[in-house]
Amino acid sequence: MAVETFHDQIAHNKRNSFLLIGVFMLLFIGIGMLIGMVWGGGDMTFGIIVAVIAGIIAFALTLFSFYGGSGALLALSRAREITHKDDPQLFNVIEEMTIAGGLPMPRIFVIDDTAMNAFATGRDPAHAAVAITKGLRAKLNRDELQGVMAHELSHVRHYDIRYAMLMAVMVGVLVILCDVFLRSMWFGGGRRSNRDREKGGGGAQLILLIVALVLAIIAPILARIIQMSLSRQREYLADAGAVELTRNPRGLASALAKLSGDNEVLEVANRATAPLYIVHPIKKFEARAKGMFSTHPPIKDRIERLMALGN
Amino acid sequence: MLWPIVLGVLVLGVLLAIYTYNSLVTKRVRVRNAWSQIDVQLKRRYDLIPNLVETVKGYASHEKETLERVIQARNQAINANGVAQQAEAENMLTGALGKLFALSESYPNLKANENFAQLQEELTSTENRIAFARQHYNDTTASYNTACQTFPNNLLAGMFGFKLEEFFEIEEPEMRDAPKVTF
Repeated sequence: MAVETFHDQIAHNKRNSFLLIGVFMLLFIGIGMLIGMVWGGGDMTFGIIVAVIAGIIAFALTLFSFYGGSGALLALSRAREITHKDDPQLFNVIEEMTIAGGLPMPRIFVIDDTAMNAFATGRDPAHAAVAITKGLRAKLNRDELQGVMAHELSHVRHYDIRYAMLMAVMVGVLVILCDVFLRSMWFGGGRRSNRDREKGGGGAQLILLIVALVLAIIAPILARIIQMSLSRQREYLADAGAVELTRNPRGLASALAKLSGDNEVLEVANRATAPLYIVHPIKKFEARAKGMFSTHPPIKDRIERLMALGN
Repeated sequence: MLWPIVLGVLVLGVLLAIYTYNSLVTKRVRVRNAWSQIDVQLKRRYDLIPNLVETVKGYASHEKETLERVIQARNQAINANGVAQQAEAENMLTGALGKLFALSESYPNLKANENFAQLQEELTSTENRIAFARQHYNDTTASYNTACQTFPNNLLAGMFGFKLEEFFEIEEPEMRDAPKVTF
């Protein structure tokens, strides 16, 4: 499905965010029921009780993801909020871009890391935040900084931030829960197997083993899903949106060229938060340049497209 | 049998009209808001200038003529009436500021002054803001005008007196480019 204009992109992101919440809740209830049945030794009512509890927890987690997700992601990235006094030029550049796009002013954060990267998050433009690493801030001139900030504000404007935030938080929570459950089984498993032996049934133990295997597989698959669903199309659209704001493709193009030369890994990023960043924060720069990873298109290709806009 | 259909079409038509009317109003409000944003940014520039002049005075007090021209251009711009006069005054102000910054080149102490560097950044930003505010005004105007002229909105626009808004156009080419202040 091709996304044509930025209004389509907004509708697309809002719909996908809604779908994501639905899938998350169903998955959560499903896993809850499964766990309940295993713990209850195949008892259906116990499974349903746990599923209902899981549903309530899922609802609470959804609320948390939506309203507290950006705060959690910023804290996870060890981002520190700054004021106009700390960096007037950065604030000025961002304010200029909000004027060009008719957007509210986002909160601004700095990540104390020499790796070069930036990301935006939040549930909508009125509750958005932009974060930049110290390394990137130091290496960009005013025009380049403007290009990067315009790219980030385009993500804000397109509501990419909402979908990416929900995705990162919910998948992160699911991966952690799968992990917790797997660990809990190693301890609980022994006791239960004794009881089972008394009853003379090895069936529950078999189910336990299967569930453990399934969950062990689900966690990495979920991480993969984030990468796939946050398509490269978003990055191209945000680049184009940045030029719509600055009317100067050279600023962002030259910033991207600098970013592609950076081979430092951003320590505070992980698999769940990686898709948020302007360039992939974990992969080495050869991989970034070749674009083997589906969340981010190759930088060389992005620069070429930007320069084509300038003609 | 026919009546329910006619009624249905009528209700749909009214709903569509309400929706169209509201979206036109929203777009027109955006245009007005964008226009007032330009004034906000122009005012920001007026406010910065006295501060700048004071700072420069401390280091280059005998460049009285240039400083006075900046003040004069600022006052003219504030008191200007009408779009054409305003544009001319803004143009003069930009030119006078350009001279002031060119002059700062020959005063190393002034250039090293932290306050001056800060004012330079603020002024660069303000010039950008003015340009971006105008750009945003033109973007919203384009969106509003397109909405007014496309079918079926144009029927409603005519009925309720939605007039096309004017684009912000600058005649002199040197004003179209963001004023280049070389440091």
